[in-house]
Amino acid sequence: MKLLVCISKTPDTTAKISFINDNTTFNTEGVQYIMNPYDEWYALVKALEIKEKAGGTVTLIHVGPKNNETIIRKGLAIGADDAIRIDKDPVDSLDVATQIANAVQDENYDIIFTGKETIEFNNSEVGSMLSELLQLPFVSYATKMDVQDNLARLTRDAGGHEEQVEVTLPILVSASKGLAEQRIPNMRGIMMAKSKALKVVEPVSVESRSEIIAFETPELRSSCTLVDPENMDELVRLLHEEAKVI
Amino acid sequence: MSVLVYAEQNEGVCRKPAFEAVTFARHTADLLGTNCIALTIGNPSNASELGSYGATEVRNISLGWSHFDNLVYAKAIADMAGEVNANVVVLGHSGQGRALAGRLAIRLQAGLVSAVNSLPELVENLIVRKSVYSGKAIASVMVKSPRSVFTIQGNSIPPAKKGTPVEVVEANVTLEESQIKVQTLASESGAISLPDAELVVSGGRGFKGPENWGILEELAEALGAATACSRPVADSGWRPHHEHVGQTGVAIRPNLYIAIGISGAIQHLGGVNNSKTIVVINKDPEAPFFKAADYGVVGDLFEVVPRLTEAVKKHKSG
Ligand SMILES: Cc1cc2nc3c(=O)[nH]c(=O)nc-3n(C[C@H](O)[C@H](O)[C@H](O)COP(=O)(O)OP(=O)(O)OC[C@H]3O[C@@H](n4cnc5c(N)ncnc54)[C@H](O)[C@@H]3O)c2cc1C
Repeated sequence: MKLLVCISKTPDTTAKISFINDNTTFNTEGVQYIMNPYDEWYALVKALEIKEKAGGTVTLIHVGPKNNETIIRKGLAIGADDAIRIDKDPVDSLDVATQIANAVQDENYDIIFTGKETIEFNNSEVGSMLSELLQLPFVSYATKMDVQDNLARLTRDAGGHEEQVEVTLPILVSASKGLAEQRIPNMRGIMMAKSKALKVVEPVSVESRSEIIAFETPELRSSCTLVDPENMDELVRLLHEEAKVI
Repeated sequence: MSVLVYAEQNEGVCRKPAFEAVTFARHTADLLGTNCIALTIGNPSNASELGSYGATEVRNISLGWSHFDNLVYAKAIADMAGEVNANVVVLGHSGQGRALAGRLAIRLQAGLVSAVNSLPELVENLIVRKSVYSGKAIASVMVKSPRSVFTIQGNSIPPAKKGTPVEVVEANVTLEESQIKVQTLASESGAISLPDAELVVSGGRGFKGPENWGILEELAEALGAATACSRPVADSGWRPHHEHVGQTGVAIRPNLYIAIGISGAIQHLGGVNNSKTIVVINKDPEAPFFKAADYGVVGDLFEVVPRLTEAVKKHKSG
């Protein structure tokens, strides 16, 4: 089984968010980056579980500059066999999907994983774009998955209810919560990761079709009105008359 | 030139997300001076009502319809976009919409903006706004290509009536046979879907255990609200994963979010800080959540919540 996991980086969940250049550019100063949790906790671990059962290889792929290699090494430490880095700081989802499609189109992976979304933009765009570029069936928001020979059985979150899906490989899967349990890299994994193969690939040129022209930070809530815990009629009155939400 | 909106159905009916998408699409069509055409798949019973939100035509595809398969649907919607010469395609930011949008952007060579939460502006190009960095910022995004695809964040654009119901016309497009087999599992019919809910009642570790969720459910029922929880609550198996809200769970923006026994960690706030009104119930006056709240109640949830439920019931019956 040839498995590929697309990994992305995202600011640490506690990072301070600010902008520079007249609010057009994210201020990276002092920001720590982590591997996107959906990629690390669910997509990568599920790929490893499938490999442990059926044999094969798990390859990581990442579009990003050299300093992102710490994230790739972490993925290798968790258990991936090797990695590909496409040497470009991507400008948008189309860039990421096109770079990955171009690098893997002749590789015949059986299953390609992405996370459900990145936690900074919540776009969920890359999986859908990549599946179209590679003309693969795409099961999004998978919460359970089992593979027997050539057949994958998945449960997907269909918004309000779940669906069971049966599909023949090759496929693309986006990983949602529940698909696997987070694994913490151990010392041996970290040591081994240092010698695993990391191939660097040149990017192709992609014309972007959208652009962020400005950021703003939302107004903070002015202040919290405290309500007497003995008097919930008052809270209901405020919600009805002042906030007008009930 | 036209604006095509895919009006998704849910259990045979077009619901609020479809009307929100049509409202956005009609507004875009007005800006561009063109028509707004709605597309349904599988003949939802109230498709003609899309006309009341500004669709000038409603077309439906029934040929070959079975379950949702994004590959098959994306091809059909792209074919339809070609037929009506659409330069803008609008979808809801639902599970279906998200799975389709990237495919459509590739097929149509369109610029894609997802989770749009404002009506568009036209300054040479279309400009829309969306929430980024876990609700800590808003980005204005401009589409640079002649074609665009947008997905519309739920509860952001109030459906606005304009026009009257129109006749549904069968579209000249067929759905191809799907290569995947799909079976629907126990659908919680009647339960309010969290991302679409206007009122949400949410519980954290302060509840001490799953056996204590009854009082939260009673409050939710009295309000007609959906239920949610913090991450450790879902991770401990007290509540199902799909109720987990926050930066690594579902992001929601209801009109009212009531957080009970939740401390207000930054990762939790990341998924709920776009709610219109936030009420926090916590026994610790120092809980960080109070800083993000509009109304706060400092008290023991086991006493406060049943009291609030009674007050809501009294309000509803009076
Ligand atoms: C990478 C990462 C991602 C994360 N993503 C998320 C996410 O998406 N969503 C999320 O929720 N968390 C997330 N977390 C976890 C987050 O940091 C917090 O640990 C979590 O939100 C805390 O949950 P809680 O508020 O239910 O529990 P606690 O922090 O334990 O708070 C319980 C609260 O209940 C109150 N309480 C206790 N008893 C009572 C009582 N009788 N009456 C009234 N109040 C009472 C306490 O005062 C306390 O404030 C993430 C963490 C990391 C590191």
